Amino acid sequence: MKMDFWLNNVHREAEVQPDTLLLDLLRQMGCFSVKRGCETANCGLCTVLLDGRPVLSCSMLALRVQGKKVVTLEGMEKEAQEFGAFLAGEGAEQCGFCNPGFIMNVFAMLKELQDPDEEQIREYLAGNLCRCSGFVGQTRSILKYLRYKQDRKGEYRE
Amino acid sequence: MKYVNHPVPKKDAMALVTGKPVYTDDLAPKDCLVVKLLRSPHPNAWVREIRTEAAKKVEGIVCVLTYQDVPDQRFTIAGQTYPELSPYDRKILDVHLRFAGDPVAIVAGETEAAVDQALAKIKVSYQVEKAVLDMHQAKDNPVLVHPEEDWEAKVPVGADNKRNLAASGDEISGDVDAAFADCAYVVDETYHTKANQQCMMETFRTCCYMDCYGRLNVLTSTQIPFHVRRIVGRALGIPSSKVRVIKPRIGGGFGAKQTAVCEVYPALVTWITGRPSKIVYSRYESLICASPRHEMEVRVKAGADQEGIVKALDIKVLSNTGAYGDHGPTTVGLTGHKALALYRHLQAYHFSYDVVYTNVQASGAYRGYGATQGIFAVESAINELAHQMGMDPVVLREKNMPVEGGPLHGYDGNSPTATSCSLDRCLKRAKEMFHWDERYPSRVMPNGKIRGAGMALALQGSSIACVDVGGATVKLNEDGSYTLSLGCADMGTGCDTILSQMTADCMDTELDNVVVGAVDTDISPYDSGSYASATTYATGNAVLKACSMLREKIQAFGAGMLGLPVEDTMFDGVCVTGQGRQVSLAEIAVQATCGNVQELQATASFSSMISPPPYMAGLAEVEIDPETGSVEVTDYVAVVDCGTPVNPNLARVQTEGGIVQGIGMALTEEVQYTDTGRIRNNSFMQYKIPSRMDVGQIRVEFESSYEQSGPFGAKSIGELVIDTPCPAIADAVYNAVGVRIRELPITPEKIAMGIAKGRQEV
Repeated sequence: MKMDFWLNNVHREAEVQPDTLLLDLLRQMGCFSVKRGCETANCGLCTVLLDGRPVLSCSMLALRVQGKKVVTLEGMEKEAQEFGAFLAGEGAEQCGFCNPGFIMNVFAMLKELQDPDEEQIREYLAGNLCRCSGFVGQTRSILKYLRYKQDRKGEYRE
Repeated sequence: MKYVNHPVPKKDAMALVTGKPVYTDDLAPKDCLVVKLLRSPHPNAWVREIRTEAAKKVEGIVCVLTYQDVPDQRFTIAGQTYPELSPYDRKILDVHLRFAGDPVAIVAGETEAAVDQALAKIKVSYQVEKAVLDMHQAKDNPVLVHPEEDWEAKVPVGADNKRNLAASGDEISGDVDAAFADCAYVVDETYHTKANQQCMMETFRTCCYMDCYGRLNVLTSTQIPFHVRRIVGRALGIPSSKVRVIKPRIGGGFGAKQTAVCEVYPALVTWITGRPSKIVYSRYESLICASPRHEMEVRVKAGADQEGIVKALDIKVLSNTGAYGDHGPTTVGLTGHKALALYRHLQAYHFSYDVVYTNVQASGAYRGYGATQGIFAVESAINELAHQMGMDPVVLREKNMPVEGGPLHGYDGNSPTATSCSLDRCLKRAKEMFHWDERYPSRVMPNGKIRGAGMALALQGSSIACVDVGGATVKLNEDGSYTLSLGCADMGTGCDTILSQMTADCMDTELDNVVVGAVDTDISPYDSGSYASATTYATGNAVLKACSMLREKIQAFGAGMLGLPVEDTMFDGVCVTGQGRQVSLAEIAVQATCGNVQELQATASFSSMISPPPYMAGLAEVEIDPETGSVEVTDYVAVVDCGTPVNPNLARVQTEGGIVQGIGMALTEEVQYTDTGRIRNNSFMQYKIPSRMDVGQIRVEFESSYEQSGPFGAKSIGELVIDTPCPAIADAVYNAVGVRIRELPITPEKIAMGIAKGRQEV
């Protein structure tokens, strides 16, 4: 079946099967940041943005994104570098395999929540598993990133 | 030191945080055949008949292989130095299936859909046998997991396949009975730890292809590239010189990938068909046929005198290696040896063990490697001893723990004394950070919940003494940069970076001037691999040695350019100078590419006679709802002596990550079986690893000793950090609600049942 959608702000066409999952389509189209860590929608590694909202691409049929806008980490390279520097600044990126899904959800959170506190961060990101870091380094990096963003806003106002 | 002991970001960080295609499946050729396995539904069965004609007719299927198509020799997939201590008890495919999940057939095809269709069309007739599912009934059971005559233990480890024994042993030191007779207090209890899955986020996966020299290239997510080369060679019955192994970035390992879990299947397909192929295990497969931690039952008898001096320990271990003996004979050694060494006044000890075969998923290596199980048991017994004596468990440890220059009883690795140890400072600092005296043993919160405090100590090793080999090559490039080649496997821990930090400091250069890359067995110097907490210590020492050799060569080369005897010159990393003249590294580097006969590169191997332990004190607070038994870890304080932390950030995250894995082992994780030998929790829906909602406060500090034999004073850290949570949390639960749980995991059900039974032992 033919379909078309916006992938990282580029209009793309694709040939898919009725049962093709969005995750597999995205990898076929070269978005290798999208990872599969389970088959049961538990790990969050495959998180991408669909019309600005985070979705698990392992649990969505490719056809459901017909005409919609999908953003993967490949489409947010600059933002990923900026936040990633904080994550790496803690050493919390570790093996890196969960990073893309985690970072996409961090971006979704920052869009949705104003200045989240630690508890809100934990709740929002609860579906993003990581086996290396023990999570607390990830939280540190988010808090530092938020402070940095706040400071920059302050500077801008001045 | 400009870089060592500094928290520099990992060299590969930007590629990882921007999601670059750096892992096995990202790099696999796009025309790879898809390889999948048909697996046995029975825990003990023989293939009576297998029909593959229909499967082979499915469009896009390239091959269907059965036990009739594989080389007829046994091997082990445990990643260990040859000759492996693990028995040679496997074939790529066998006519005898020994657990529910054992592969029956290999299918390779152009697409996943074709392969799935073909798998469904293979018809197998099984002769189902009675299975041995309970490890207590395994030894001398008439049902044999490995009745075959060609089963082989390469090394005498007390194994006997006709008794379902993968290993057995007995070690005794001193007069144990006399030592116990002198003890005023004795605890004698049995502790049970379950199989746990490593659950690295990247499941097992391998891709294979032939190169222009007719050699098999294996691109794989592994901790043991050089062992994989040997294992694949033996499994396929080809010289290992026909095999090249490349390790790209790895999405976590934790020991799981110290076993060649999936490499042999695509290797056989590519070798037979000449086509590139890949296998990517699903999470389901990674939970039913992987390499989890050995289930162990550990009976501990511990005795102390009136003053609380621990005089005697008797440790008896029953370890369940499952259907195959991978890492079975070796993990069990650490169960005794590491735990014994925590008590410096021991007059006598006894350590005995049986490692048994059963018809369940084979076990393997998981961070801590047996020490985790032993330390849970012994530290729990010592905590029980403290309660019997009415003594604060911290005080009991202060009287007994290892001290620098003091003995390490029972410790393996030719280390009779603690060469470097600041465990006393670790415990003191942890106690302060935790406010132990205010929080021990328990307090009732305003909402009726109860918080309890518990603690434990741990030690691990730094490489396997006299066995592990670290390797490093450092070469000067034309532009004055250095290339560091390594054979150890960075699995996300950051060893490529910390070894580059060492190189930069050794060569007096910038970290950015050191180029480091992935492992390739054709190019990298030999290294036994990243396991046994070996990399920082063993490979680090190899780096130091190689750098020192290269410095001498550069200085000699520069002296030659200056026309001076080498002893009249010096090299400061930038220039070779002498008699007021100098030649820069850049000039040397260029000169070395023209008309030169002196290679400016050095390769060094390192192996240690000793395995100096790192140490850790872990203090936990749990909060329990006495109505429901619900339990969470609210605070965990860890103070670690890993010698010099080469990269404090990476060492901290290792510690935090290890503690959280330990919390998972303590509270939720357990591989469960049905009565028919199938795994119940075969997805992340059921096998619950901690999420960030399950983690309270974790505070980590370092109290460094300086290990003279280590690179820049460093020891290991990777495994140690998983060892304290289980015993510390178990005692915290007891201190909160008076329920003593000796079988992991400590679930709310067990706590609630314990409370209901009137605070009895469960």
